[in-house]
Amino acid sequence: MGCPEHSSWKGWIEDAGRRVFSGGPVYLFFLGLFAAMLVAGIAAGIHAVYITGSRHAYGTNREIPLAMLIATYTFFVITSTGLCLVSSIGHIFGVERFMPIAKRAVLLSVITIMSGFLVIGLELENPLRLAVYLFLSPNFTSNIWWMGVLYSFEVVLLIIEFIFIMLDNHRASMAAGLLGILFGIAAISNLGGVFAMLNGREFWYGPYLPIFFIASALLMGCAAVIFFTVLAYRVHCEPLDHPMADSLAAIGKLAGLMLAVIMFFTIWRMVALAVGGTHELLVRDALVSGPFAFNFWVLEVGLGMILPFVLILWSGGKRIGPLFLASALVIFSSFFMRLDMVVAGQIVPMYWELGVREYSMLNAYWPTWHEILVVLAGVGLSGVSFLTGEKVFQGFREAEGAGSPSDGTLEVVVQDPQSASDGKVDG
Amino acid sequence: MIFKSLDKETMLKEPEKISEMDRREFLKIGLVITGVFAGGSIVSVASAAEKVFPNGSIARKYPYRPHYAMVIRVDQCIGCRRCEKGCTAANAVPDYGWRTKVLEREVPEAIGQKREFIPVLCNQCNNPPCVRACPVTATYKDKVHGIVMMDIKKCIGCKICMAACPYDARYYNEERGAVDKCDFCFESSLSRGGKKTACQAACPADVRVFGDLSDPRSRVYQMVHQLQKPVWVLKKETDARPNIFYTKG
Repeated sequence: MGCPEHSSWKGWIEDAGRRVFSGGPVYLFFLGLFAAMLVAGIAAGIHAVYITGSRHAYGTNREIPLAMLIATYTFFVITSTGLCLVSSIGHIFGVERFMPIAKRAVLLSVITIMSGFLVIGLELENPLRLAVYLFLSPNFTSNIWWMGVLYSFEVVLLIIEFIFIMLDNHRASMAAGLLGILFGIAAISNLGGVFAMLNGREFWYGPYLPIFFIASALLMGCAAVIFFTVLAYRVHCEPLDHPMADSLAAIGKLAGLMLAVIMFFTIWRMVALAVGGTHELLVRDALVSGPFAFNFWVLEVGLGMILPFVLILWSGGKRIGPLFLASALVIFSSFFMRLDMVVAGQIVPMYWELGVREYSMLNAYWPTWHEILVVLAGVGLSGVSFLTGEKVFQGFREAEGAGSPSDGTLEVVVQDPQSASDGKVDG
Repeated sequence: MIFKSLDKETMLKEPEKISEMDRREFLKIGLVITGVFAGGSIVSVASAAEKVFPNGSIARKYPYRPHYAMVIRVDQCIGCRRCEKGCTAANAVPDYGWRTKVLEREVPEAIGQKREFIPVLCNQCNNPPCVRACPVTATYKDKVHGIVMMDIKKCIGCKICMAACPYDARYYNEERGAVDKCDFCFESSLSRGGKKTACQAACPADVRVFGDLSDPRSRVYQMVHQLQKPVWVLKKETDARPNIFYTKG
């Protein structure tokens, strides 16, 4: 279990530390790399907000006040909610094949939400005021207020869920998990509402985004579980065992379904934009053939939808290699999906329809190094926490039935040192 | 704005039209002026009444007293931008921001005058999207005079109000450590007994008429409550119910 049931906390921490530092050169290299990204990103964020001023350091401006860092925040919290939802399928709703991934998924959910908080903390001009006035001066009509409160509850519930799930207290973990799902869905739909309730922004306005975010969360949850689970087994230099490979195959099928849903969402979104007002037509043109065309066609549609879908079909619900690649592509492209969604909603100047000189060009945004480093801080925190968590909790192996190897019916194409040659689960 | 539900029976009898009595009441009480500016049709006061308020509701009175508003006589603007300078000086607006701006539109194919200037500023909306979006009520609609104010000590700098504003009226002021916007010079003038905004005082062409929309003696009231000249607002479709009106002549 990895929990200090029979030994002192001090001893348990020392053991965990030993496991981390004896992880091998590759493990330690990546741990160091992610730690460096985390430190550099935090330093860049502090430098941007508190020393030079975000006006100089970040690429945001009056016309595009929300940009890459908000997109990164949505990327992480959508992933977090997705992980929470996917983990619940097994350990709350009792679907057997989803059980093995539950613990890792809950921990990853905590990790990704904390990464999101880190990024938003380095984006806000006065984050300390938020901590005070969120409670002293609430605005109940504000989506951001609800989002802040709901995500705060969710992170607490996720931590409680994780503690109980590690202690094998399934009743308590189920209760916390169930509440976590409710808060998570409420929070993520509220996150959609942050954009969707701004009726001055035609590209965002409407019920599309809250619903899309929930569907997108499920896809991201599936992708993150597959991606990190395969990596976790690489961290431990072990082949995927049968229950886990079976579980990932099931999650891969769900990912395929959600990918199809996202594709239809996107198709209808673009069709609807084509018959929208001036603002919507301008945004559609920007996405289809304008400054966002590469992001949209290559990064979102090509690498984020078509290729992963083909890979999932190719995997036949068995081959983990294509599933892993599809997951990595979905995660990578969804970052740009969030970025495009956030920025494209602000590219049409507010007084465009007046035909005035000052608002005659579409607004432009380009991220700065400070912003990119802050994004990397979020990635770094996730990376450090994931790698550390794997060693501290010893890969969640006891409860997952690791050590009960595959019976060979599943073809696992994860290229680890032992199984690379035959492409089969190494029993 | 305070609404009173219409009588259900009346609604059933005349579901598509506001009665003559209601129409007259609309005209009497104001806040029914609307229209589409530039590129769209300008709607007359009487016909606009039916479009401003949804079936089943009617504005009974101005919600604030004084109910500060501004009428911009857009065709009088000569583009000298003294209003911008006056505003900047009075409110310590930094060079990277603005509280009011004069936009310029050039139509080469137009007959006669080929250029016009359009002053813009915070519209002090009755239904302000920025106020709804702010998570900590750092921006709020003042209950007395209806100006959308900033409580800078609360501003967390999330900038959602900037994204929410349909009038691009907000910017982040580094020196203040908060988002800044036009407050009709409340801090710099009105709260100290002043009667004019800095932009109004600086204008040599009497473009900006500022006053109390709830006072029938005020010039603003008289300019808005008439039928002879068209009056319109910007971005009516956002339902923000602005208090900056535009007219010509």
